[in-house]
Amino acid sequence: MGTKIRLTPQMILPVFGAACVLLAWALVSTVAPDLPSPVRTWQESRRYILEPFFKDGEMNQGIGRLAFYSLVRVGKGFALALAIGTPLGFLLGLSPRFHQAFDPIVQFMRPISPLAWLPLGLVIFQKSEPAAIFTIALCAMWPTVINTAVGVRSISQEYLNVGRVLKLSRTRMLTRIIVPAALPYVFTGYRLSLGLAWLVIVAAEMLTGTPGVGGFLWQEYNSLVYSHILLSVLTIGAIGFLLDRLMGLVEARVRIT
Amino acid sequence: MAYVEVRGLRKAYVTRRGRTPVLGGIDLALDEGEFIAVVGYSGSGKTTLVSLLGGLIEPDAGEIRLDGVPVTGPGPERGIVFQHYSLLPWLSVRDNVALAVDAVNPGLSAVERRRITDEFVALVNLTPAAWKRPRQLSGGMRQRVAVARGLAMRPKLLLMDEPFSALDALTRATLQDELLRIWGERRSTVILITNDVDEAILLADRIYPMTPGPDAVLGPPIEVGLPRPRQRRHMSLEPAYQKARRALVEFLRSCLYRSGQAATTEGGMRQMRAGADTPEPSTVA
Repeated sequence: MGTKIRLTPQMILPVFGAACVLLAWALVSTVAPDLPSPVRTWQESRRYILEPFFKDGEMNQGIGRLAFYSLVRVGKGFALALAIGTPLGFLLGLSPRFHQAFDPIVQFMRPISPLAWLPLGLVIFQKSEPAAIFTIALCAMWPTVINTAVGVRSISQEYLNVGRVLKLSRTRMLTRIIVPAALPYVFTGYRLSLGLAWLVIVAAEMLTGTPGVGGFLWQEYNSLVYSHILLSVLTIGAIGFLLDRLMGLVEARVRIT
Repeated sequence: MAYVEVRGLRKAYVTRRGRTPVLGGIDLALDEGEFIAVVGYSGSGKTTLVSLLGGLIEPDAGEIRLDGVPVTGPGPERGIVFQHYSLLPWLSVRDNVALAVDAVNPGLSAVERRRITDEFVALVNLTPAAWKRPRQLSGGMRQRVAVARGLAMRPKLLLMDEPFSALDALTRATLQDELLRIWGERRSTVILITNDVDEAILLADRIYPMTPGPDAVLGPPIEVGLPRPRQRRHMSLEPAYQKARRALVEFLRSCLYRSGQAATTEGGMRQMRAGADTPEPSTVA
């Protein structure tokens, strides 16, 4: 490559893909009269994007502020998911008995939708905020649990033999061999869990009506401001994409070492 | 009673497709400070023998005694240098060795353990690479770390499972020379498993040929009459070398003619070529 930046297919093709989707959106908006066109969406959302941190009321805030609320909520739920999911995964991977006892439960809980957990959370906690965090944690922890368990069970016998020959104590076996060997799997689990946590936030905020991107989306639907639904959808997608990339970077670091 | 005594060791692997008898009664005895080699074709059960001696797997029959004590499981008094190094990739060279030093010397102070670790890293000439990770090292350097780790356990018996088979010929020769030097300094009790006839003659006091499986057994031991310290140069011209080599190759070949199936294996073919009558400078540094 020379000093001039050349446009490569790798740079052009994603732009082309996005243009196709925009075009499709514009076309559909001519047929479905209630769907705002891309241009109208931009005009009606400008203030929310250009002044992302304004606050006019509980539900009328810049998109940056709303996204921040959602991120904090997801952060709490995700942290809780890791705090429960990581040790659970290690136990499942390490102990065949524990696996026999609890793996069926894990497989049973895994496919339950956030929409089903949330009312239960509200019943238990009586408040929307802890209920939302409870739901996020409960839905997001499974990839961490399963990947950690698989990671522990697929540790090469070579490494375990080193520990056996040295007669390492249980703690040293864990800290020096099992945890580092399973770490790449664990972090893949974390990345998938974070994706799920972000997926759940919208449902949780919609049902509880708490301020955040998901809550905003639902409120604007009820107020018939459809362009803001699109604004929220795009924001959710962009943040989800960024979170996945960030976690991917962390994951890659762990994989190398 | 010998320092290491192996009697009637048998092992078969049972899979869904049936039972594969691997070892059919291995007998072995060596004294403290002896270096012996077991030479056999690929796939004859050499690694199974190491795993049994190391206590990593249980024999179907027979017993192993080390210094009078029966072997019942793995332990650092039987250090193993694995064929594929088995270094922990998340630990530096030094920490891989330190893991062994710390494990076998829980009573020593941290300073003392650090000193021992440094000593073993230096013994295999890896002090400049002490903080590197295994993936940053060449195959030869990795195997050096594995040797240092094995020695750092200060084992009563050091087991080496084809330690140099994955290395190129030049590196292999260098490491063999280094092992010869280290052994000369410490006189550990060593069992070396190999498929390289010349490696066995260069390093060992006595060589046990292994018949190809199934039901592999050890043939009559061949004494290597070469005086120590040994030099690779001119070794092939010594009558003692030629005598040992001829006896070993003849035995291994006669096994092939008896059991036709081993000759068709790739390892068997390679061994045939290595076992040509005229000694050739196959691994000269």
